[in-house]
Amino acid sequence: MIVKSIRETVAGMWSLLVGMKVTSKNFIQPNITVHYPRQSVKSLEGYRGHIELVPNEDDPFKSKCIACNSCVRICPSACISLKASKPKKAAAKEGAADGAEDKKAPAKKAKPELLSFVLDYNYCCLCGLCVQSCPSGALRYSSDVYLAGFSRQEFVIDLLARLQYQAQKKGAANG
Amino acid sequence: MNLDLRLDTSGDFYAQKFQPTKRDDTLILNMGPQHPSTHGVLRILLEIDGEYIVRAEPVLGYIHRMHEKMAEVMSYPQYLPNPARTDYLHALAWGWAHVGAVERIMGIEVPERAEYIRVITCELNRINSHLLWWGAYLLDLGAFTPIMYSFDDREIIMDIMQRITGSRLTYCYYRFGGVSDDIDDRFVNETREQCARMKERFKMYKDLVTDNFILRKRVEEIGEISVQTCRKYGATGPVLRGSGQAYDVRRAEPYSVYDRFDFNIPAYDTCDAMGRYMVRMDEMQESIKIIEQALDSLPQGDFIHPKAPKRAKPPAGDVYFAVEGARGKIGMHLVSDGGKSAYRLKLRAPGFSNLSLFAEVSQGTLISDAVSILGSLDLVIPEIDR
Ligand code: SF4
Ligand code: SF4
Repeated sequence: MIVKSIRETVAGMWSLLVGMKVTSKNFIQPNITVHYPRQSVKSLEGYRGHIELVPNEDDPFKSKCIACNSCVRICPSACISLKASKPKKAAAKEGAADGAEDKKAPAKKAKPELLSFVLDYNYCCLCGLCVQSCPSGALRYSSDVYLAGFSRQEFVIDLLARLQYQAQKKGAANG
Repeated sequence: MNLDLRLDTSGDFYAQKFQPTKRDDTLILNMGPQHPSTHGVLRILLEIDGEYIVRAEPVLGYIHRMHEKMAEVMSYPQYLPNPARTDYLHALAWGWAHVGAVERIMGIEVPERAEYIRVITCELNRINSHLLWWGAYLLDLGAFTPIMYSFDDREIIMDIMQRITGSRLTYCYYRFGGVSDDIDDRFVNETREQCARMKERFKMYKDLVTDNFILRKRVEEIGEISVQTCRKYGATGPVLRGSGQAYDVRRAEPYSVYDRFDFNIPAYDTCDAMGRYMVRMDEMQESIKIIEQALDSLPQGDFIHPKAPKRAKPPAGDVYFAVEGARGKIGMHLVSDGGKSAYRLKLRAPGFSNLSLFAEVSQGTLISDAVSILGSLDLVIPEIDR
């Protein structure tokens, strides 16, 4: 009985020493944590920031969005709302009238132009469904990581205004 | 205002319901909902006699978010991010249960490559979940350092997953008919590296923690749960396997391509907290085995079925799909009336059944042992409350 308990104690002590060895081995290893405000992580590849509009190739002030509303419909959190100018009525009517015979006619229809594209980032769950559902590839993730604010209002973002602001800044930098 | 209510000091509804007792020398104690060892907002009402528990009753619902109701209002693709929010630790298994149910009812085919990607990512996620449990459980038992090591490993896996899925925790990666993004060579190489690294780390974990006799004193012969008790409450996962029954959905009702891989179902019949601990430690190694096999035989092809429906609209009927999550059997029972959203979606959360047996098992134990038992059940409260 006594022998058993002594043996148990010795084995237990030994297990502590083995654990201690692991700890001391790791103690002399280099630091693996990043001290955030003073350092930051190297790569944020794949990080999904809030969504942003992709600028048009020809005109960086305009987005590729064709205002089809498919992202608005799919968003589970209902956090996208967009406004677009209605295509000119006359053109649309003409298109509709011709459309019965000629399939190409609706192409004449004036394209709706995006007026505003508001993202309520407070409710966004970063699921990426909007990006995937967009037929014209007009959405992508931004790499804004270090977002912080004092009020909810700061995260209701007009993405079109943001795009134009970025284009302006870029233009100023280039010119 | 009813002044009687205000003057009533005997607690809220649950406390009052719990109150009647024959003995007058016991104390009613609230553990939680803000208790560090309950990992979330679980509240447990305890009747204690000194340090011993006479009765215990879990009180749920503090983080109920109506996930089942949401399925009835949202369209099928809109519900995709939701399952990940129920169990944030093994998000992909929940996502899989959802897409699996919809695929089964609509008869959508999943390309082979997508199945392999699902297996790999789901197993990586399972390792992550077990690693967090490991760290947090030891934290409950008073060991602070291990969680640092486990987070070190977790971070690497999360970095690997982030590149592909875009998220670190609440993944929304599986789609009806496949996954949302393909994996590349870099993912494969990094995963292989991490698998090799993990194997070394498990040895260290064993030296540092598993063999440690302080830990053994805290978990051996604590919280013994018989197979009968597990059956009575429907406990699954490591809790059931820690009681000696090797039941695993991946083996019992093979879904996806799990029947092609060679892996063991670890089971320990010690029935105590140590058994459940060992099951999880072994399971991580089995997951690594599965991942390596899947990487070796990764087929080429589509990562999503080219004809996968954008707007899923299943035919009327009902279907049940179960997967093995890190905590046990995750089931989704989907009833469709042919509409855009589910008529009813029942989520079977393994944690709920696993927690239910706590009331019985904790009777007569010390409070500190109850903490050990709770931890060994690996509870994720958002999953229990849904
Ligand atoms: S990422 Fe998801 S939640 Fe966020 S705006 Fe897009 S669809 Fe909506
Ligand atoms: S889905 Fe794309 S094109 Fe359609 S409204 Fe949204 S951003 Fe514009």
